[in-house]
Amino acid sequence: MWYKILYAFLVTVGGLAYGLLLGGISRKITARIHGRRGPTVFQNFIDLIKLLRKKTAISHGTMFFLAPMFRLLGGVGVLLLVPIVYGSSILSNFSFGGDLIVVLYFMVFGCLGMALGAADSGHPHSALAPTRGLAQMAGYELPFLISVIGLAIAHKTVSISGLVAAQQGGIFHWNLFQYPFLSIAGLIAMLGMYMAYPFSVVMAPQEIPVGPPTEYSSTFLSFMFSGRSIFGVGKYVLFMDLFLGGATNLVEAFVKTFALFLIIVFVTNVFPRYRTEQAVKFFWTYPVVIGLIDFIRIFIK
Amino acid sequence: MKEKDYFLDDRPKKLSYSEVWEKFFNWARAQSLWVIAYGTGCGSIEIPPMVTSRFDAERFGVSTVGTPRQADVLIISGYLAVKTLKRVIRVYEQMQSPKYVVGLGACTVNGGMYYDSYNTVNLVDLYIPIDVYVAGCMPRPEAILAGFAQLMKKIKEGRADGWKQYIDNLDKYRKNQEKIIKNWKIPNYNW
Repeated sequence: MWYKILYAFLVTVGGLAYGLLLGGISRKITARIHGRRGPTVFQNFIDLIKLLRKKTAISHGTMFFLAPMFRLLGGVGVLLLVPIVYGSSILSNFSFGGDLIVVLYFMVFGCLGMALGAADSGHPHSALAPTRGLAQMAGYELPFLISVIGLAIAHKTVSISGLVAAQQGGIFHWNLFQYPFLSIAGLIAMLGMYMAYPFSVVMAPQEIPVGPPTEYSSTFLSFMFSGRSIFGVGKYVLFMDLFLGGATNLVEAFVKTFALFLIIVFVTNVFPRYRTEQAVKFFWTYPVVIGLIDFIRIFIK
Repeated sequence: MKEKDYFLDDRPKKLSYSEVWEKFFNWARAQSLWVIAYGTGCGSIEIPPMVTSRFDAERFGVSTVGTPRQADVLIISGYLAVKTLKRVIRVYEQMQSPKYVVGLGACTVNGGMYYDSYNTVNLVDLYIPIDVYVAGCMPRPEAILAGFAQLMKKIKEGRADGWKQYIDNLDKYRKNQEKIIKNWKIPNYNW
């Protein structure tokens, strides 16, 4: 099984590179919408290299040091558990019978680590941000869980590979078309997960200057930065597996994750920002009601 | 918890890297300059046009951050009052090395039109090391971008070493700072 470890490493590095590239493309598109030239698409790589070699001399306690590791671990955990290419023995990663439940755990894990580290850093802004972040998480988790559990009940499986297998056989077998309301609820929850613009109050650059990582610098920040990129790619792959029928080769995986990325980018660039309570109220009303339509349909069937 | 747990009180240390790697990292540092959003004087009004759509500093990798911990560049924007100098020193020492300082406007060179004021610092270089001066009163955003281009060139050539000078000559800089700031209550531990 040694080759599995090698491929896990390659998938992590590839996921990081893809995530950084997507971040760069997002910055470029935002710049073009502003009517600017914008940075190169490789700007995030350059930022990461610079951060790796900045000196650090800050000590804030144990949790402060562990939080970037938690963040990175949460990202790598999600990416390595979801099958990227369905049917491939290598690119199915470490997918197994009950991986959906472990992935749901890993998705919260990174956020909790972040919150603990931010609270330990002692800066008022970074203590304020987790309260917003966790409140918003409580908001989007509800429609997301309705959507995921609805799919699990409908297909009678808690394995992501099983969900992908159930969607094979043409575009109209995708959950996006089989269970459109669950998909809409899930995709709205996805906007909240990515802190895309109507739900961006966690980082809120104009209000609480940097948000949770206010006290983090240099190598810590580079770990957080790469953790966030890997986590982002892991979630794109998860949503591709849940709603878009998975992928049977790498090109298909690339096209589908890029389509999901474009949804985020174009939504984020046209909306202003909700306050925390508005975001939570939004999540607990519209996507929940939309998701419940299909949820009830599954039970009646 | 004791207050002591939150800081290191040893002096800042210089790091030594191998030459070859340092060239590569200097290239990356020059392409990714994060400016702390902190304006000390009237010149800070020229920074928003620089980073927004018209002049778009982001195409050179220059962007703004809201915390000194993540910043690479501190802009002394215009005249520097003694009261502001205290804050500038704290911000500068909280920034993580390597860090660079850009002096904006005539005031940072010789006090400019406030040269005989009772509370304006005339030569900022005596108190914190400045890497690049941008002359003018006020310099336009184009001039600031030209200053950044000069800073990038210096970083790539490895000559932007103001932060090393500050570590080497810390006692000299401290003496100068204490001479002008009468009521010295700045903690010595914010590296």
